[in-house]
Parts: sequence; C-alpha cells; structure tokens
Amino acid sequence: MAVATFFFYIFAAMTVASAFMVIAGRNPVHSVLFLILAFFNAAGLFLIAGAEFLALVLVIVYVGAVAVLFLFVVMMLDIDFAELREGFLNYLPVGGLVGLLLLLEIILAIGGWVVEPDLIGAVAVPLPSAISLTNTEALGLLLYTDYIYFFQTAGIILLVAMIGAIVLTLRHKKHAKRQDISIQIARNPTEAIKLVDVKPGQGI
Amino acid sequence: MSVGISHFLTLGAIIFTLGIFGIFLNRKNVIIILMSIELLLLAVNINLVAFSAYHGDLTGQIFVLLILTVAAAEAAIGLAILVAFFRNRSSIAVEDINLMKG
Repeated sequence: MAVATFFFYIFAAMTVASAFMVIAGRNPVHSVLFLILAFFNAAGLFLIAGAEFLALVLVIVYVGAVAVLFLFVVMMLDIDFAELREGFLNYLPVGGLVGLLLLLEIILAIGGWVVEPDLIGAVAVPLPSAISLTNTEALGLLLYTDYIYFFQTAGIILLVAMIGAIVLTLRHKKHAKRQDISIQIARNPTEAIKLVDVKPGQGI
Repeated sequence: MSVGISHFLTLGAIIFTLGIFGIFLNRKNVIIILMSIELLLLAVNINLVAFSAYHGDLTGQIFVLLILTVAAAEAAIGLAILVAFFRNRSSIAVEDINLMKG
C-alpha cells in the first residue's frame, strides 16, 4: 500500500503541474503537450483506483485522438498567439480570486468525505473480485446489458459528431478536376473519336 | 487504505479549479478554453472513478466511459467549428465571434 500511496502522490503532483502548464503555457503547442502529460498521469491515477480499462481508454482516446486533434488544429491555423495573450495579466486577479474561492469551497465541501458505514454494502453493481472477473470483463457485462441504451446513445453521439465535423469542415474546391461517372459511361465512339483527313504536305 | 477517497476528491477539486481558472485567464483564446473544458471533464472523471472504487460500485466507471465519449465528440465539433470560423474570419479571438451570420 505504501507503493500505491507513493505513486498516487507522484501522479497527482504531475497531473496538477501539467494542468497548470496547460492554462499558463505561452505556446499552445506546449499546452497541448502538457495536456497529454496530464492525461497520462490521470491514467496512472485510474490504475491506482482499480479502473484499468478506463485508464487505457483514457490514453487511447485522449492521447491518441483528442490531443492529436488539438495539435493538428493548433498547427494548422496560422494565428498570432501572442496577440491572443494580451490582457492575460488583467484577468489574473479576478480569475485567481474566483479560482481560489471555488477550490476552497469544493475542498471544504468534499475534502473530508466519509462513506456512511451502512451504505457500504448498498451498491447497485458491486465491483467483482479481481480473481473472478477482470475489470474489462465486468464493465462489458454491465455495459452491454443494463446500460445498452446508454451505449447506443453514445454511439449515436459519436456518429453525429463525426458527420457534424465533416459537414462543417468539408469544402469543395471549384477548380479541382473530379470524376463524373455518368459522363464517362455515356460516352460512345461517335462522339469520342474524330477522324480528320490530313492532306499530304499540310498540317492540321 | 492509505490513499483515501478524500485524496482523489481533493485532486479532482484542484484540477477542476485549474480548468475554471484557465477559462478565466485565456478568455481570448478558444483553443485553450477547449483544453480547459477537457481538464474540467477529467476532474469529473477522476471523482467518478474515485467514488466507484471506494463505494465498490461499477456504475461510476460506466459513467466515465459515457463522459469520455461526450468529451471526444465535443472536442471534435468544437475544433471543427473553430476551423470553419477561422476560414471565414482569419481569426479565432473570442471577441470577434459576435455575429449570428457569418
């Protein structure tokens, strides 16, 4: 358990530090890279909490997809980021005040959380013991039965997001040469071939 | 158990606050605001996983999976809107986003 505590503090400190660098970074590319680091460390925290499947999904989905998407967009758009940072220090006092108050409130409210002893046994779906069922198997058994409608809804959300992103960014270029299959099929030899009778000694 | 639930909840609170703070601090830069939203969702996910682990209830992890889906969809749509907006206005500053019609 001492090892778990040690790693918890390492991962937690790294997550907080990289989350801070995400919002304080001068260059958005660095911000994205620190976001990736934050997600890696959060995955470590998930492992400590026993959510192995989610830890790996976090790495795959966030680091593999979302963060790379951010990186693409940051590098694709030609933006003067220094200009966008103007007024950064003006927002610091009020932002810091609000942030500090919020942090104090949340920590006061839930920092000393204790579980009611009577409620410990009263769970909807108890965690399986690690010997009988792995975390992934247990999640699958639950997700594809009790939560099948939520699972399908998640799929629809992803489909809508995919179609929406394509519709928003797809742009037909006017001068690009495109294949028009109906024209190709409608061709016949009479209009495709032209016979020219070239007189000797003359060009066309 | 040496790492208690309050450790995780406090960490979630700190990351959530950093996300809010990031929105305040970078209110001109939409990309950083989107990243801050990702941090907020990460904080929520940490809380849900912590509750799931310490109550011994698997439902929390299902919720995390769904939040992950929504977060990925939101990032994709947000960035697509950003790219479409940048093509029209050559800027992503938040104060330029003030027209109902592009």
